[in-house]
Amino acid sequence: MTIQFNDETFRDDYTFFNSPVAIARFPFPFDKDDYMYSVNMEPHETGPEGTPFDVRFDVDEHYVSEMRDRAITLDEDPLRCQSLPHMELAGWDLLELIMVSKAADYPDLFTLNRDGDRWHWINKPLGIEQRFTFGDPTTLPYGPMEYITRQAQGDFAVLDQREDNLWMDAGMVTSQADWSLDFDIGMNFFEWHAPVPKAHEMGVFQRALKFLMHVNQDTPARRLNWTMTVNPRLDTSPENYHKWGPEKRTITPENVGQKQYLRVELQTFWRLPRSNALAFPIRCYLINLEDLTSVPKWGRRLHRVLRDLPDELADYKGFAVNRPVIVEYLSKFDDGAPTSAGIYPDETDVALNKVPARV
Amino acid sequence: MIAQMLRVTEKEALTPLVTRFRFEHPDGAPLPLFSGGAHVVVEMPYGDMLRRNAYSLISAPDDGSGYEIAVRREDNGRGGSRFMHGNVATGDLMAVTSPFNLFSLDLRARKHVLIAGGIGITPFLSQLHQLSRMQVPFELHYAARSREEAAGLTFLPSLPHIHLHISNEGNRMDLGAILSGQPLGTHVYTCGPEGLIAAVEDAARRHGWPAAALHSEAFLSPPPGKPFKVTLARSGQTLTVGPHQSLLEALEAARIDIPWSCRGGACGQCETAVTSCKGRIEHNDHWLSDDDCAAQTKIMPCVSRFEGQELIIDR
Repeated sequence: MTIQFNDETFRDDYTFFNSPVAIARFPFPFDKDDYMYSVNMEPHETGPEGTPFDVRFDVDEHYVSEMRDRAITLDEDPLRCQSLPHMELAGWDLLELIMVSKAADYPDLFTLNRDGDRWHWINKPLGIEQRFTFGDPTTLPYGPMEYITRQAQGDFAVLDQREDNLWMDAGMVTSQADWSLDFDIGMNFFEWHAPVPKAHEMGVFQRALKFLMHVNQDTPARRLNWTMTVNPRLDTSPENYHKWGPEKRTITPENVGQKQYLRVELQTFWRLPRSNALAFPIRCYLINLEDLTSVPKWGRRLHRVLRDLPDELADYKGFAVNRPVIVEYLSKFDDGAPTSAGIYPDETDVALNKVPARV
Repeated sequence: MIAQMLRVTEKEALTPLVTRFRFEHPDGAPLPLFSGGAHVVVEMPYGDMLRRNAYSLISAPDDGSGYEIAVRREDNGRGGSRFMHGNVATGDLMAVTSPFNLFSLDLRARKHVLIAGGIGITPFLSQLHQLSRMQVPFELHYAARSREEAAGLTFLPSLPHIHLHISNEGNRMDLGAILSGQPLGTHVYTCGPEGLIAAVEDAARRHGWPAAALHSEAFLSPPPGKPFKVTLARSGQTLTVGPHQSLLEALEAARIDIPWSCRGGACGQCETAVTSCKGRIEHNDHWLSDDDCAAQTKIMPCVSRFEGQELIIDR
C-alpha cells in the first residue's frame, strides 16, 4: 500500500491536517503524567510496526508538502542551510545514509542503484531522478547535505566530533522550535544548549554528551522532545518571530482546540562512517489539541503534564501566555482516571495494530 | 557494542613480532565503512575466559570488502596477542565489533603531521588512505629501532613526505625540526609509546603550538598484576580479579553488564564509582583527572587495578 500525500500548507492559510492514521501513529512524547528533563535516550529503529519508530527515516502523509514548505523557506533565507568547509565528507555520509535507508524501507517510493561511485537515485513522490558521482559535488545541483535534506522531512544538524566535544558545523534547519542555525553554527554542545533552563544544574548535558560521543554506527539512538506551537507552522524560527510570535495572542477558549498544536521532535543520532561526524535529525510532528484528545489517554495525560509543569519550562518553551487557556481546555478531557505507562494509546483508545503499516 | 562473526582470510607475518590478519564476512557481504584511525575489538575465547582486545584498522576506510589489523606479539602481556599469533588460523571465525574511532583526523586542518613510534604506525595506515583520497597535505614520520622491526614498511609508499627514522641506522627523529616551520592550521597526531607522546607534547609546547592542534593515542593494554578482590555494592557479590585478567573482564565473567568502547583507558565509557577504598587504586588510564585519581572515588575497570584491604564499586 502506498502513502496518500496531503496537499496542505504550513503558513498563511494553514491547511495542514492529520488523517485518522496520522493521529493514531502520532509520537506522543509523555510516558507518564509529569515531565522533567532527562537523558531519555533509547535505541532507534525499535518501535512497533506502523509507528514513526520502526524505520530509520519515517516518511508520512506530510512529506511532499513539507518539502515544498522547506523550499519556500530556503528561497527567502538561504542561510537556513550551511555547511562549514570541513563537513563536506559528512554531507556525503548523510546522503548515503538517507538514500540507502529510504530505498530499503520504502522500495515503492525510492530507488537507489549504485555502480561503484556512479549512483542513480529516483524519488517518486517528488518526481526527482538524478545520476551523479558519489564524492563529486559538481555532479549534484546542491552540496550533498543540502541535496538530500531537501528530500527528507525534519531538520538536520551535522555535528563534528573533536576535542571531546560535538560542534554544530553543518545543518539544514527550516522547521525548528525557535533556534537558529545561523546563530549556532560553529558552536559546541554546551554553547548551543546554554539557553536551556535547569538542565545544566542537573548535569543532563554532561551525561548526554558522553552518551552521544559513543553512539556507534550500529547503535543509532533516539529521544523525543516537545514544545507547543500556535498554528501548524514548521518555520518557527527566531528570524521570522515577527510573523509567528504575534499569532500566540490569537488563542481564545473557543479556538484553542484547533489552533494550539503539540509539537513533538523525534530526535535521532547516527554515527557517520567516513567522517566520524554525528548526524542529528530533528523530525517535527504536529497535532492540535482537538485531534490529540481524541485519544483519551493522551488527553488525560497532557492535561496533567501541562498543568503541573514548572513555570520556567513553560516560559522557555514559549507557551506560558496561553497555558491557562490550554489547561482549562484539556481539563474537560481529564476525568481523573489512572493512565497506563508508556506513550502508546490504550487498546480501548485506538487499536494500534489496526494502523496499517505506513499508509 | 555489537560484534559479528567474521572469517580470518589472511594471516601474514610482517616481522618476527608483528602479524597481519584480514577478516571478511563469511558470506562475502560488505562490512561497514569507517574513518581513518578507527579500531575494532576482537573477541578471543580461550579456556573459560573471553578476552576482548582493541586493534586499529590498517586497511582502507572506504573498502568494505574486509578489515585488516596488525598485531604485535607481547610476550610479557596478558596473552591476547600470543593467542592471535599462536591460536588463530585462516578459516577461523572470530567475533569482531563494528569500527569505532577515538583517534580521528581533524578535518579542519590545513595540513596533517603524523608521528608514529613502532607499532603505533597502525592507526596511521588507514588515515593515509583517507588523506590520499581527500588530497590534503600531510607528512608522516615513522620511527622504529630497525628495518627488521618496522612492520609498517610494507604498507608505506615511497613518497617524499613519508619519512623513516630508523635508530640503528643513526637516523633518529628530530621533533623540534618536524614541529618548527609547519604552516598555520597544521594538526599533529602521535601514536606510540608514552615517552614519544610526551616528547611531542613537550616539543609542541616549546614551539607554541595550540593544544587543540595536538592529538594522540596511546595503545594501552590492560597491564597484568597481582590478583585482587572487589565487592559489588549493588549485589554484595565479591569477585577475584586474576593476575592476567582486567577488572572489566572479571565483571563480564560474572555477567555484570557494563558499557565499554576502547577497553584501553581512553574513552571513559566504563567509568565506575568507588564507594569504598581501603588501599590504593593503580590508575592506569588516560581518562580520569588527577583530582579524581587522588580522591580514589572512581576507577576505570578496563585497565586499572587495586592493592589493599577493601574495594567496593557501584556496580
